[in-house]
Amino acid sequence: MKDLLSTRNSRAIPKDTVPVLSLEDFRKSIIEAPGRHRRVAALFAYEVDKTVELFVVLAEDRDGQLYLGSTRLESNSFPSMTNECPQVHLFEREIAEEWGVVPVGHPWLKPVRFVRSRREGHDAWGRSADVAPMVGVMDFYSVKGEEIHEVAVGPVHAGVIEPGHFRFQCHGEEVFHLEISLGYQHRGIERALLTKQGELSKRALHYVETLAGDTTIGHTTAYCHVVEALSECRVSARAHTLRGIALELERLANHTGDLGALANDVGFLPTASFCGRLRGDFLNLTASICGNRFGRSLLGPGGVRFDIDKSRADDMIVRLDAAVRDVEGAVDLLWNSPSVQARFEDTGQVSTSVATSLGLVGLAARASGVERDVRHDLPAGIFRLAQIPVSVWHSGDVFARAYVRSLEISRSAIFVREHLRALPGGVLRAPCGRAAPNSVCVSLVEGWRGEICHVAITNPTGAFHAYKVFDPSFHNWSGLAMALRNEQISDFPLCNKSFDLSYCGFDL
Amino acid sequence: MSILQSLVHVLLACTMPPLLLGVIGKTKAAFAGRVGAPLLQPYYDIAKLMRKGSVVSRTTTWVFRAGPVVGVATGLLAVALVPLGGEQALFSFPGDLVLFAYLFGLGRFFTVLAALDTGSAFEGMGGAREATFSCFAEPALFLGLLVLVKRSASTSLSTMLGAHWHGEAASLVLVVVSLFIVLLAETCRIPFDDPNTHLELTMIHEVMVLDHSGPALGIIHYSASLKLFVLGALVVRIAAPRTGNVWGDWGVLVGGMLGLALLVGAVESMMARLRLRQVPSLLVAACLLSAFGIVLIAR
Repeated sequence: MKDLLSTRNSRAIPKDTVPVLSLEDFRKSIIEAPGRHRRVAALFAYEVDKTVELFVVLAEDRDGQLYLGSTRLESNSFPSMTNECPQVHLFEREIAEEWGVVPVGHPWLKPVRFVRSRREGHDAWGRSADVAPMVGVMDFYSVKGEEIHEVAVGPVHAGVIEPGHFRFQCHGEEVFHLEISLGYQHRGIERALLTKQGELSKRALHYVETLAGDTTIGHTTAYCHVVEALSECRVSARAHTLRGIALELERLANHTGDLGALANDVGFLPTASFCGRLRGDFLNLTASICGNRFGRSLLGPGGVRFDIDKSRADDMIVRLDAAVRDVEGAVDLLWNSPSVQARFEDTGQVSTSVATSLGLVGLAARASGVERDVRHDLPAGIFRLAQIPVSVWHSGDVFARAYVRSLEISRSAIFVREHLRALPGGVLRAPCGRAAPNSVCVSLVEGWRGEICHVAITNPTGAFHAYKVFDPSFHNWSGLAMALRNEQISDFPLCNKSFDLSYCGFDL
Repeated sequence: MSILQSLVHVLLACTMPPLLLGVIGKTKAAFAGRVGAPLLQPYYDIAKLMRKGSVVSRTTTWVFRAGPVVGVATGLLAVALVPLGGEQALFSFPGDLVLFAYLFGLGRFFTVLAALDTGSAFEGMGGAREATFSCFAEPALFLGLLVLVKRSASTSLSTMLGAHWHGEAASLVLVVVSLFIVLLAETCRIPFDDPNTHLELTMIHEVMVLDHSGPALGIIHYSASLKLFVLGALVVRIAAPRTGNVWGDWGVLVGGMLGLALLVGAVESMMARLRLRQVPSLLVAACLLSAFGIVLIAR
């Protein structure tokens, strides 16, 4: 059996060095991955000369390596790996929907985003190409019995949130099963990023910035790393540091907002109102760099577009310290209120083994006791030089997800403060040339939700032949469904908020 | 009771209830460091809803429309049974405490029926919760009233609440705390229910009235505040001292009600909601408090 190609985060490598395995070996390498402490970071398909090729990226967190491999499908189906390796279940569904190849034996093969297959005349469910698939129209898992009732929530919700459909199978107040159906916000970003000729799409940066609005910096950093690696552009230490600061500010703002929202969901007003304001303070710090609270147009391939001078850095440190002090005070109220702790503890538990086998990433994984943090395990950019301790808690409940957030707030604040004090020199933005032809690059970034994975494959002219995006939500929505098992249906909003996953980042 | 006092009773019962919601809202805003909505906002809201049209689902029947009407009618009847400032309620007879308790029961019955009438999974869930929790709230209310019955040797609310307390402070405190818990549960405040939440899966009362709109919703809001007013009057009458002066007693009642609203607002600002499955435990605790109150007084 040929070995997978080992590489590191954000490196460009020639496509032909990636081994093309037999389907059997390819399956084996994926099925055996969890046993070898590897997890599936990306599994997708693309078309080469009318044949569908599968491509896998396995990540080994312990030694910071990525393993790449591919295989060519000779027919319109392949034996599913989900039963042996549950974490590929959604990847396989996506491949089936996008390319009309059937993972035979998949236990729950359903569309993901309700789009037409990209290969004309091939559809995994044999649907006609004339009728556009209706989002959310499909069979749901159902439990039968006298006392079972079904509750359907969404896609339109009472709050101002994104659309998604949740189907509960309940016995009284107890949830037996939750099925989540998304796809309402599919915009076709991955396809829009593809180009025929050597030039990259001019709109690409804007697409990536709005891929998931609350993770602008995370996704844009991942995209920039891809483009820079492919064009061998050297980014200055100053630009890397500014990116790191922006990324951690994004984490601070979102974690603060989430802690406030968690307090609001249990009806605990003090923290809810404090954190609502403080989230704005962090967003305004980002705005003071580039004029946009979410960091739009702050980053670009080659570096950053806005600098932080000495006086602004000093001013930011003062504002950061004030905001962090207030957040820690507001969050201490949570830990010191027995009524809040009674709601958080033991609610929505995800065990370490479930988290590992589903391949959860980021905050949700760390709250289930899995030490997994791209900044630490597979660092790129500034994180190759500066370490942020990995924040882990073992209990896997809502409390753990809240507590890990508060730990990360303190640690990110230290990082931002230190780097604002000592910004290294260097040009802000180095010119980026053309992307190398026939190359592959995998870029991983630890966004505030977790691992953001971008994979690009270039064609002979250096244009993107395939561009895949995996938001952490892609991995973690199944974690939420598992957290609700045997839980009270009235605790769903709290569990949902504790994961706080992205709908548009999933729908792309 | 003089005609003047009866008029004041009616006037106060009809106009004051939404003010209590306004005070609760202001208190919560103050705790959160916000200015908050105006004190009179609940009146504006009800007035706004009264002017609106309403949408009624075709699957519903007359029961759906009857829900809010029965709700407000039972509330208005109940308020006539409770003495507010004066010695007497508007009308009273031996055993009116049973009517008092089951007027709420009737109102709840129709609210739940109206919710089930829509056929929505959410409202069915809310109805189930309401019915379950009222099974625990009712005994707590009755046990609390039983202490008063024992003390005053009467089964009419007017006599029960008119009696003076001497040297039974422990029992008094237990009953007041127990009835305050019942009040929070019956009026769907934190820690039982969150009146501000938009999350239909967690609601108890709000989810049952999701389908009502316009004037019907306005009436529901008004009846909710009326319920708070009636139960609040019960608690205040037990807890507050009698001045001996007729109009002084009315002043004590109004002041006591505003104080009670402040207290409810403070509880809501400092506590998180209970997990739904722990709601019965707290109500059982309220039952036990009242039961101890009886033990202390019957020894």
